[in-house]
Amino acid sequence: MRKSYQAGVREYRETYWDPHYTPKDSDILAVFKVIPQPGVPREEAAAAVCAESSTATWTTVWTDLLTDLDYYKGRAYAIEDVPGDDEAFYAFVAYPMGLFEEGSIVNVFTSLVGNVFGFKAVRALRLEDVRFPLWFVTTCDGPPHGIQVERDKLDKYGRPLLGCTIKPKLGLSAKNYGRAVYECLRGGLDFTKDDENVNSQPFMRWRDRFEFCQEAIEKAEKETGERKGHYLNVTAPNMEEIYRRAEFAKEIGTPIIMSDYLTIGWAAHSSLSRWCRANGMLLHVHRAMHGVIDRNPRHGINFRVLAKLLRLLGGDHLHSGTVVGKLEGDRAATLGWVDLMRERYVKEDRSRGLFFDQPWGHMAPVMPVASGGIHVWHMPALLSIFGDDAVFQFGGGTLGHPWGNAAGAAANRIALEACVRARNEGRDVEREGKDILTTAAQSSPELKMAMETWREIKFEFDVVDKLDAPHR
Amino acid sequence: MTTPMKDYQSRISDPNSRKLGTFSYLPPMDAEQVRKQINYIVGRGWTPAIEHTEPPHASGHYWYMWKLPMFGETDVDRVIAEIEECRAANPAHHIRLIGYDNIAQTQGTSMVVHRAPITV
Repeated sequence: MRKSYQAGVREYRETYWDPHYTPKDSDILAVFKVIPQPGVPREEAAAAVCAESSTATWTTVWTDLLTDLDYYKGRAYAIEDVPGDDEAFYAFVAYPMGLFEEGSIVNVFTSLVGNVFGFKAVRALRLEDVRFPLWFVTTCDGPPHGIQVERDKLDKYGRPLLGCTIKPKLGLSAKNYGRAVYECLRGGLDFTKDDENVNSQPFMRWRDRFEFCQEAIEKAEKETGERKGHYLNVTAPNMEEIYRRAEFAKEIGTPIIMSDYLTIGWAAHSSLSRWCRANGMLLHVHRAMHGVIDRNPRHGINFRVLAKLLRLLGGDHLHSGTVVGKLEGDRAATLGWVDLMRERYVKEDRSRGLFFDQPWGHMAPVMPVASGGIHVWHMPALLSIFGDDAVFQFGGGTLGHPWGNAAGAAANRIALEACVRARNEGRDVEREGKDILTTAAQSSPELKMAMETWREIKFEFDVVDKLDAPHR
Repeated sequence: MTTPMKDYQSRISDPNSRKLGTFSYLPPMDAEQVRKQINYIVGRGWTPAIEHTEPPHASGHYWYMWKLPMFGETDVDRVIAEIEECRAANPAHHIRLIGYDNIAQTQGTSMVVHRAPITV
């Protein structure tokens, strides 16, 4: 039926609220946590969020009638209470596939978390989850290599990998920095890591760092007979410089580089990830700035969405929280996004904060990285939480060993292997952790010393960004 | 009392400093411990396989296969017998046990079960 044009402002819900809509498999689905301004009904707020993140502007325009608005508009199709928060509600929105450019995370998020987040009708807004339909997943590049290829390249199986961020994070000269790398690697770690803000400062220019670290890797490999790597951070002020550093890393034969995917920007990161696949380079991804976006439980974007989009953008490792260390992270929620990083199909599971089924097709998985305030005593818990396909990064927990980095590294490697062996034997490593580590320490003075050094350190602050749960 | 500082003993000149992947930082497994690991591999539905190599060539991706992977084998004793047979035939070689995971299309695990004696 033809419509006639009527100028003016209409309520969003007349067009964008459709509780009878059944989402299509091809739709992109999103769930927002919405806190409307006082007096704005839920349906109207949900419809407004939907409208502003899809086709609408604040007023009717005549050119609306030149398009098939019924196809292109998003639809707010459901509303739910948020457990434990009387002011907020969940709004579920379906967007038709034609609204988005294939393979463009940039495009999807410019819509979903674009202007709408500054919209006056809502007081606060948080994107809790997004269901990417399989057609969209298959138009994205995904991880350059993935877990299986990384294991094959590095020849490391049946256990988590071990890393360490070199500290102090800023101020070391390149040669002294390389020394710290070498000591960690010869002691038994698989990787060491540049910190997120190690780029090319006056105290240590990137090229010097790359060369000294590569010498450290090569000597440790010769000495231990095992493959080693150091995540050389190629984060730089512009894309030309990022490529220049990546090319040099390849030229000297290093196996892995890293990027800060939020601060360099998603388009830049996506380009780097494609370069990594084309050049056989593993890509470690740091999430600096995520706390700005994901920590407030009422505004921003939940980390599970940032994890999903990184898998689509491309990366072989992604920092995912430790649950047990110094940084924020709820256990169930962390297990939820770890599944999103590693599995082929993830079922809706509200107890883990997963609002939608998420198919991944054959997209390669991403290795979660647990890093921040962890030490040997956390090993049993880390193994039970993450299983084998993860990297555990002990910074202070390696470098802070009284006998130095090599001893600290050996202590971590021995603790890890003891826990894995015990788990394979059918033991409950979390419950029997103390016994397992104590037994292993009998043949390792390095581990015994580490256990004495860190015995009392715990991080038991309450989590700020918890899963939504009813008041108790 | 402070524990005296210890030097970390690892040298390029000492072949005993070469590590051999998972579990090579722990004391060698005894027969009962190896049995439990085989039990874990077959329990996961993985295919046991045995590989061996001359120690100087241990850092390459490919060691010698000892026959074919033991497809469908769930009897721990038969896997142990193969390890013993491999060892008797190659007394100067390192031997590792692999669990192939055909679903993940990679090795679910790989561990050294016999380290060749090396005299410096």
